[in-house]
Amino acid sequence: MTANIRYKSRIPVKTEDSTEEKQYVGFATLPNQVHRKSVKKGFDFTLMVAGESGMGKSTLVNSLFLTDLYKDRKLLNAEERINQTVEIIKHTVDIEEKGVKLKLTIVDTPGFGDAVNNNECWKPITDYIDQQFEQYFRDESGLNRKNIQDNRVHCCLYFIPPFGHGLRPVDVEFMKALHEKVNIIPLIAKADCLTPNEIKKLKDRIREEIDKFGIKVYQFPECDSDEDEEFKQLDKELKECTPFAVIGSNTVVEARGQRVRGRLYPWGIVEVENQSHCDFVKLRNMLIRSHMHDLKDVTCDVHYENYRAQCIQEMTSKLAQDNRMESPIPILPLSTPDVETEKLIKMKDEEVWRIIFRRPQNQTQEE
Amino acid sequence: MSESAKPHPPSSQAKGEKSHAGEFGYVGIDAILEQMRRKAMKQGFELNIMVVGQSGLGKSTLMNTLFKSKVSRKSAQPNPEERIPKTIEIKSISHDIEEKGVRMKLTVIDTPGFGDHINNENCWQPIMKFINDQYEAYLQEEININRKKRIPDSRVHCCIYFIPPTGHCLRPLDVEFMRRLSKVVNIVPVIAKADTLTLEERDFFKQKIREELRANEIDVYPQKEFDEDAEDRMINDKIREMIPFAVVGSDQEYQVNGKRILGRKTKWGTIEVENIAHCEFAYLRDLLIRTHMQNIKDITSSIHFETYRVRRLNESNGLPHHHLEV
Repeated sequence: MTANIRYKSRIPVKTEDSTEEKQYVGFATLPNQVHRKSVKKGFDFTLMVAGESGMGKSTLVNSLFLTDLYKDRKLLNAEERINQTVEIIKHTVDIEEKGVKLKLTIVDTPGFGDAVNNNECWKPITDYIDQQFEQYFRDESGLNRKNIQDNRVHCCLYFIPPFGHGLRPVDVEFMKALHEKVNIIPLIAKADCLTPNEIKKLKDRIREEIDKFGIKVYQFPECDSDEDEEFKQLDKELKECTPFAVIGSNTVVEARGQRVRGRLYPWGIVEVENQSHCDFVKLRNMLIRSHMHDLKDVTCDVHYENYRAQCIQEMTSKLAQDNRMESPIPILPLSTPDVETEKLIKMKDEEVWRIIFRRPQNQTQEE
Repeated sequence: MSESAKPHPPSSQAKGEKSHAGEFGYVGIDAILEQMRRKAMKQGFELNIMVVGQSGLGKSTLMNTLFKSKVSRKSAQPNPEERIPKTIEIKSISHDIEEKGVRMKLTVIDTPGFGDHINNENCWQPIMKFINDQYEAYLQEEININRKKRIPDSRVHCCIYFIPPTGHCLRPLDVEFMRRLSKVVNIVPVIAKADTLTLEERDFFKQKIREELRANEIDVYPQKEFDEDAEDRMINDKIREMIPFAVVGSDQEYQVNGKRILGRKTKWGTIEVENIAHCEFAYLRDLLIRTHMQNIKDITSSIHFETYRVRRLNESNGLPHHHLEV
């Protein structure tokens, strides 16, 4: 029969010998090959914005992506809002820059936190996120996987009002309902009504409360030890600056002889892209220029996998109930399992196998 | 309080004045390419190549030549016996190689015994089974409840098939093998030991082979139906006019015109492996490694593997709430 023998050996190839071109094999072009393919295909990114009305969410989105997504929006007045429930509205825009195409989807949540009684106002939002996961799970398990549309929410910007003293109960409850489903980035909205000291105090307070309530906001990944010092320094500054205090603007004003995006007040001009005025630039750089890919990865590898694991468990436990199996299948912990849990996981995998393929796992398929 | 202008959304194409924080009108989405590249460099790449052909056609030497180091099975064993195994064996050897910061885990899968016996019927079966087993292993990992972040990819990305340089046409064994395997894996046929053919003989042989492949409806890499756009088609058409590549392998260096090159020294001259006037090794290397490596992997995962998966799901009557979407 056949024998599978695996030899593992490390044979170093002489590299970086500039006088000996002959040693160059050429697979160092692989990243470029991948690169070329991605440029052709384009990227997609789904961003959710959540927060009360009037926090400047739309303005910020327009400032971030230099678009005007809300041209035809009609703002409701107070009476009209009394009976409004939280809606989910999607705007999609295709952006192209330097040959790279991005299909950006903004998921808006008008009505959040606006009612008198805001009990569970985040439910439509969690339902929406779960629906996207479910859709992706179905597509992924289906037969035609060529053109799966990824509508999963990659990031949620949550706007905290600057007027209070930290997190309000609705902020805490919202973030706790969503922190295991989506990457949450909390922002302090309309930061131009605070002095630098007030901003610092508010940020410290919010960070404390996030720890206290056990809210898992999006964590920037650790720097590699071999990154250069400048990168590490930037990374450190980024981490110490959260939550970002942002200001957005759709208008261009004249400041110090230049045209900048900003807000004109009698006492001065607030420049959106001035790092000493607000953290807009940090947010934009983080969101778009350095961490967009990581946000997508964490959504796929952590949040979606958690959803999927849970979904399969529910499916198998439902079937167990229907078939009246003797032992109820317990919910597995998702951290590193011990021997007992390993056994349970194996049992569950075999269950899944049996459900999907309608036969036991170790029965091999004939050619 | 007055605003200086009506709401003026700057277009993303405007590359006007530079503001002190960056370019005015530049969002920066192209930075995602750099992010992807960083991640890919950290993770490294995997490539699994299978070599199939009779003994003595120079498979191991060619692999060593391609990757400029001793990656073949024979090099890994201290005292390789030159015997023909009774049945076809499948032997995989993995190496971690690195070049300019890009790390790759290269696995060379050898199939000693193929085509060497008196009766070679069904000698492709162990090979097909091996390929399907790799697909099966990947599928199992995909279905797990707690999936690994990065499923180890042991699927065969490319199968290099060595055609002996008879100069006439394909043999029945070649046709049988390629016909079956082109459906499950990317096949790259090469004419082995091409230094026994003159250029005219080589062209004639290649033409015959191409005709026979067409007549038997064997679709070798790059497959016509998987060309994505006009640009791809143009590049691939050029390649399709050249396959199968006539290759000569060597791991010995000689001095030619003051340069040290890989080649074979004979009394009547030295054959330079990387000289395209002598043989087509350079084209094969460029195709396999420098330009189409990612494409080969993509076709394996998005077409061959998916075909396998659909077949498996259909065999077990699929999931109850799905239906076949065209």
